Amino acid sequence: MTPMSNVSVTKDAAPAAEDLVVLKNVDKHFGALHVLQDINLTIGRGEVVVVIGPSGSGKSTLCRTINRLETIDSGTITIDGKPLPAEGKELARLRADVGMVFQSFNLFAHKTVLENVMLGQIKVRGVDKKAAEEKARSLLDRVGVATQADKYPAQLSGGQQQRVAIARALAMDPKVMLFDEPTSALDPEMINEVLEVMQQLAQNGMTMVVVTHEMGFARSAANRVVFMADGRIVEEATPDQFFSNPRSDRAKDFLSKILHH
Amino acid sequence: MFDFLESGQYDVLGAFWVTVQLTFYSAIGSLIWGTVLAAMRVSPVPLMRTFGTVYVHVVRNTPLTVIVMAASLGLFQTLGITLTGSDDFEVIGFRLAVLSLIAYHATFVCEALRSGINTVPVGQAEAARALGLNFSQVLSLIVLPQAFRAVVTPLANVLIALTKNTTVAAAIGVAEAALLMKEMIETESDAIFLVSAMFAFGFVVLTLPTGMLLGWVSKRVAVKR
Ligand SMILES: Nc1ncnc2c1ncn2[C@@H]1O[C@H](COP(=O)(O)OP(=O)(O)OP(=O)(O)O)[C@@H](O)[C@H]1O
Ligand SMILES: [Mg+2]
Repeated sequence: MTPMSNVSVTKDAAPAAEDLVVLKNVDKHFGALHVLQDINLTIGRGEVVVVIGPSGSGKSTLCRTINRLETIDSGTITIDGKPLPAEGKELARLRADVGMVFQSFNLFAHKTVLENVMLGQIKVRGVDKKAAEEKARSLLDRVGVATQADKYPAQLSGGQQQRVAIARALAMDPKVMLFDEPTSALDPEMINEVLEVMQQLAQNGMTMVVVTHEMGFARSAANRVVFMADGRIVEEATPDQFFSNPRSDRAKDFLSKILHH
Repeated sequence: MFDFLESGQYDVLGAFWVTVQLTFYSAIGSLIWGTVLAAMRVSPVPLMRTFGTVYVHVVRNTPLTVIVMAASLGLFQTLGITLTGSDDFEVIGFRLAVLSLIAYHATFVCEALRSGINTVPVGQAEAARALGLNFSQVLSLIVLPQAFRAVVTPLANVLIALTKNTTVAAAIGVAEAALLMKEMIETESDAIFLVSAMFAFGFVVLTLPTGMLLGWVSKRVAVKR
C-alpha cells in the first residue's frame, strides 16, 4: 500500500470510523506457556475475519481476549476507539457490545429459549419486557427457530441451540460478533443451518471474527483469513490467496492436513 | 395406655407447635444467610472469601449446644442483647434459639449450595458475562438458580437435621417438644417408653413429609442439560 493510494488517504482521514477492533502487541501467558505472542490485528467495521490454525495455537484465547473473558499481560485492545476497560461497570457495558457465540452453545439451561434471548435485553439494556419479547421473537424467527420459543435448550437439537445462541447475542445489538468454532460440536447435517445464518449476518454487514475450519464459509463469507500457529499470527490473506496459494510452510503443512481428510 | 395425657396437664401439641415455629424461622434464616455465605465464598473479593471460609469452618465445627449456650450466656446474660423489646424470657429464649440455629445451619446450606454451584458448567457463567451481566447478576440470575435445583435433596437433609436440632433450644428453656418430653419423663416415670415413642413419632410426622415433598420437588426442578 503506497501513501498515495486512495485507500490510505481515506484511512488517514477517518481511522476510527474504519477500524472497529484493534489489537496491538498483545501478549499473554498461561503460566509458562506463551499462548499469544505479539499479536497485531485490525478488524474493520463490517469486515468478516476467519481465524484458522492448528489445535492449541491460541485461536480461542485470542477470541476471548477481545471481550476480556481472558485478560492480557501486555499490549492494548481497543474497540470502536475505546481501550478495553478493567473489571466493573465499564467492562460489562463493553461486553454487551461484543456478541459471543461458543462452541458448546452455553444457552442458559434453566430458562426457555425465549427467556434466553430476552434476558440480556432486560437486565443489561434495561429494555421493557414487552419490547424485549417482541425483539426476541423476531430474532428467533430470523434464525428459523420461532416455533421452539417456549422449549428449554435441552429439548432442542445442537443446530437449533446454536441458532438460538446467535439470536441471544444479536439481541444486544452488538457492534461485533465473535464465533469460537460455532459448528465443531454439531452433527454434520446441522452444520449448514448454522453456517447459513452466519452467512446472512455477514451479508447484512455485521462485523465478525470467526474461528472455524469450515473452508466453504471462509471462501464465501470472509474478507480475510488469519492463520495462527504457536500463539502467533503467521499469515493474513484473502481466502482465495490463502487456500490456493499459502505463503508460509506452516500454513501449507496445515492445509495439506485438513484437506486430506 | 395414654392416660397420662388425659389429665390435660401436658400441652403436647403446643410444644410441637413451638418446634414447628423454631424450625420454620430457622429454616428461612438459614437459607438466606447460607446463600449469602455461599456468595461470599465464590466472590472475587478476597476479604469476603476469607470471611466466608473462616465463618463456615469455625461455626460448622462448633457443637450446636455450645452455640446456643453462648448465645444465651454471652449475648443475653452478659451483653444484655435480647433481640426483642420484650422482657418475656420465653420470647427472648425463642429468638436466641432461632439465631443460634440460623448461625449453625447456614454453614450446611452454604456448603450444599457450593457443591451445587460446582455442578453448573463454567460456560453458563461465561455466556452470562459475555452478555454484559455483572457479577451479582451472573450469580443471582444464572448460577444460583441452577445450583439450588441441583441441591434440593441435600437441602432437604439440612432441613430434617434442623428440625431435630431445634431440641437444643430446651437447653435454654424454650418450651418446645424436647423440654416437655424431659418434664414428662421425670413425672411419668412409669411410662418412659411410651413418652419417648410419642415424641419420636411426633418428629417423624414433622420430617417424613418434608423429605418426601422435597424429594418430589428435586425431580421436578432438575435442570436438563
Ligand atoms: N485456562 C487455561 N489455563 C491454562 N492453559 C490454557 C487455558 N486455556 C487454554 N490453555 C492452553 O493454551 C493453548 C491455546 O489454547 P486455545 O484454546 O486458545 O487454542 P485453540 O487454538 O483454540 O485450540 P483448539 O483448536 O483446540 O480449540 C493450549 O495449549 C491450551 O492448552
Ligand atoms: Mg479453541
